[in-house]
Amino acid sequence: MAIWCQTLALDRWRQAEGCAPGEGPDAAPLVLTMDTAHGPRIEAANPAALAEGAAPGMMLADARTLCPRLDLRPADPAGDLAFLERFAVWAQRWGPWSALDAPEGVLVDVSAVAHLFGGEARLLADVVACCAGRGLAVRVAIAPTAGAAWALAHHGPERAILAPEDDPLARLADLPVAALRLDPDVLLVLRRLGLKRIGDLVRVESGAGDRASGRDALRRRFRTRHAASANPLIRLDQLIGHVPEPLLPVTMPEVPLVQRRLMEPIRHRDPLDTVMIDLAADMERLLEGRGEGARRLDLAMWRVDGEVLTRRLELAAATREATHICRLFAAKLDDIDAGFGIEMVRLTASWAQPLPLGQADLEAAAEEHGTSLAACIDRLSVRLGAGAVRRPVLHASHIPERSLRWQAPLEPEPLHQEELRFHARPTKLLDKAEAISVLYASPDGYPRRFRWRGEVHEVARVEGPERIAPEWWRERGNARLRDYYRVEDGLGRRYWIYRSGLPDDGRGGMPVWFLQGLCG
Amino acid sequence: MELASLPRAVELVHAGARNPHWHPGVAPALHSEIFAASSDGGGMGALLALAGAALRQRERGRVEERALLWVQDKAAIRLSGRPYPPGLPQGLRHRVIHVAADSAKDALFALEEGLRCRDLACVIGEIGGNPKEMSFTASRRLTLAAERHDVPLFVLRHDARPDLGSARMRWQVCSAPSVPPLWDRGAPGHPSWHAELFRARGHAPGEWTLRDDGHALGAERIAAPDHGDLVPDAGARSLATG
Repeated sequence: MAIWCQTLALDRWRQAEGCAPGEGPDAAPLVLTMDTAHGPRIEAANPAALAEGAAPGMMLADARTLCPRLDLRPADPAGDLAFLERFAVWAQRWGPWSALDAPEGVLVDVSAVAHLFGGEARLLADVVACCAGRGLAVRVAIAPTAGAAWALAHHGPERAILAPEDDPLARLADLPVAALRLDPDVLLVLRRLGLKRIGDLVRVESGAGDRASGRDALRRRFRTRHAASANPLIRLDQLIGHVPEPLLPVTMPEVPLVQRRLMEPIRHRDPLDTVMIDLAADMERLLEGRGEGARRLDLAMWRVDGEVLTRRLELAAATREATHICRLFAAKLDDIDAGFGIEMVRLTASWAQPLPLGQADLEAAAEEHGTSLAACIDRLSVRLGAGAVRRPVLHASHIPERSLRWQAPLEPEPLHQEELRFHARPTKLLDKAEAISVLYASPDGYPRRFRWRGEVHEVARVEGPERIAPEWWRERGNARLRDYYRVEDGLGRRYWIYRSGLPDDGRGGMPVWFLQGLCG
Repeated sequence: MELASLPRAVELVHAGARNPHWHPGVAPALHSEIFAASSDGGGMGALLALAGAALRQRERGRVEERALLWVQDKAAIRLSGRPYPPGLPQGLRHRVIHVAADSAKDALFALEEGLRCRDLACVIGEIGGNPKEMSFTASRRLTLAAERHDVPLFVLRHDARPDLGSARMRWQVCSAPSVPPLWDRGAPGHPSWHAELFRARGHAPGEWTLRDDGHALGAERIAAPDHGDLVPDAGARSLATG
C-alpha cells in the first residue's frame, strides 16, 4: 500500500498554525519558500495561492508579479522528513512494516492484512479517515508491487486497488510515464521520443509487429543506465514484479522505559522521592541488562487531572548509577506542582549509549587479594601493546630460532613433541646469532679461541658437534648445515656457538661461526 | 626498655650469632637482585637456580602450574637475548609468560603489575645497565609490592653498578668453572657459579659457590677473613608491615 501525503508541507504548517484548511491565515494566498542560489523558490502553495497563479517550483519573484499580496513562510524540509519518519512508524498500525518514500510518501506492507480491516476498500477508507483526522490529505492505493502502488497513488484514481489477479499493464497503461518514478531528465527523453503513457512504453518494449527495431533502439538507449530511477525498462519490470525492489523498512528503536502506576495519587515530595529511587533502580537494572548507559533521561508524571509534567535530564557521560540519577533529578523536582496528585510516573532513557559492564570494586578487590592473571595481562597489554606480552611455545623444527613460536599468553598451547632430553640447550637465545671470529686447529675441528663483542674467550672445554641439517623442504638449496658446540671458557662462562657449513660442502666459501645462545 | 631485646655479649662478639650466614635452606627473600655481566650467562643460571629453590620451597612438592612472568627491557634483550624454554629448568620451561618492555620504566611497571597478580608463581625481571628509573624509590616499590602480595621477585641487572636498592638480598654473580662430567672430561659439565652476597637483611655477607642439580640447590661457602660485625643488624622486619 502506498500512502501519498499530497500537501505534507502545507499540512504541517497548518497544524503548527492551528488552523483548518481555507480558514484563518490559510484563507489568504500563501506559499512556503526555500532559499536557493537564485533567490527564494516556492516549495508549496495553498489553494488560494494556486488560484492566483503561484505554483510549486516557481521563483518567488515571478509569483509576486502575478500576485503581489502573496504571503510567504519558510519551508522546513528537515522537519517534514522527521515527521514522515514518525508517520511511517505510525503507519505500521496497518501493516507489519513500512518504508519511507521520501519526500512525501510512505509504503506499507499490507500483505494478508486487509481482512483485519474488513477488506481492502475499507482498509483504504480507514487510512484516509485516520489521516484526515490528523489533518493530512492523502491519496492511497493498494497493489501487489510497491511500484504499482506508488503509480496508482500518485497518478491513478482515488483509492485504487490493483488485485493480484488483475493484469497490471492493462490497468496502468493509461498512466503517464511519470508514474514510473523516473528522474526528470529521463522523463524528458521519453517525452521527446513520444512515449507519454506507460502503455506506449509497453507497446514498444514488447516489440509487437514491425516494432522490433524500436525495442532494440530503446534497449540500446538505456543500456548503460543501471540506476532504477534512470532506466524506464527496469522500472517497468519492477512495476510488474519481474525484478525485485528492496525497500528499507522503518523500525522504531526500543527505548528503555520503566514506570510505576501508583495505587493512590501522591501529592507530597517524600513519596515521590521514594518512587524516584525505585524507578532509578529499575532503570539501572534495565540498562545493565542491555549493556547501556543513559545520556538523556525523561521523567514524566501523569496527574490525576490529565496534565503530564515532564522533566528532562542530560548527562555528560553515559551512566546508569541509580544514586547519581536520583541526586540529579532531586534538584529538578523542587518546583513540581502535584495538583490533585500524581498517579503514574514514567522514566525513559531516550538517549542511551553502550556502556560495558564494570565491576565496581575492582580496584579494591585487586588491592586486597591481587589481580587475576587475565586482568594482569590486560593491564600489561594495554600499556605495553598487545605484542609485548607473549608466551613461547615449541614448534616442530630443529633449527633453534624456528623451534619457538610466540603466541598470546592465555591461548591454549598447541600439541608438540617434547624436546629430547639429551639435547643440552642454552637458557637464553640471542634474537639474531652474532658472528664471531674463531681460531681453530682444523676447519672442521673444535674451536680453540673466539672473539665475541670485543672480548677474547679461550675455550677450555667443548662438546660437539651437534649437527642440525638445513630444512631442505623449506630452505633454498644452498642453505648450509650447522654444527653446534657447547663451549666453556677459562672463567666458566658457557656459550652455544655454531659453524655454518663445512669447508668442502660446495655451498660457499669458508664456514662462518656464530654465537647463538648463552648457557646459564 | 626490655632487657631481652638487647644484644647479648656473645652476639656482639660473634657476628654469626645474630646474623647467621645464608644457606640454601633458609626462607628465600621475596626481592632478590643479582648483578652479573651481560656476556656471562651465569647470572641468569644462578637466578634460575635461586628461583627454582624458592619455588620448590614454597610449593613443597605440590604440582604447581602457576605461570612465571619474565620481564625484559630492550637493553636486556639486546645484550643477552630472550629466554629459550628448551634450555630452562624442567619445572619452569612451560610456565613462562614473556614481557618485552621498550624501556626500563615500562619494565618496572610490568614487574609491579606482575607482583600484584595472585596467579603468578614468581616474577623475573631483567634490566640492562643503570637506567635512572631504576632508583631506590622504584626498588622500594617493588619490595613493598612483593612483600604485600607474597610473590617472589628476582631481578637480574646486566652490566650494572650496585647502586642503591632495597632488595632483601643482593648478589654479585659470575660463572665458575663447572664440575667435569663423569664420562667426558673435556665437555662442559654441570654449571656452577661464584656468588657473592654483598647485602642482605638478616644475613651476614659472604661468598658461595652455587650449584644446582635440578632437585636441590647446593652451596659451598668460600671462607673469607672475618672482619667482625661491621654491618649492624637491620632485622628481618618486613617493609610492608612497617
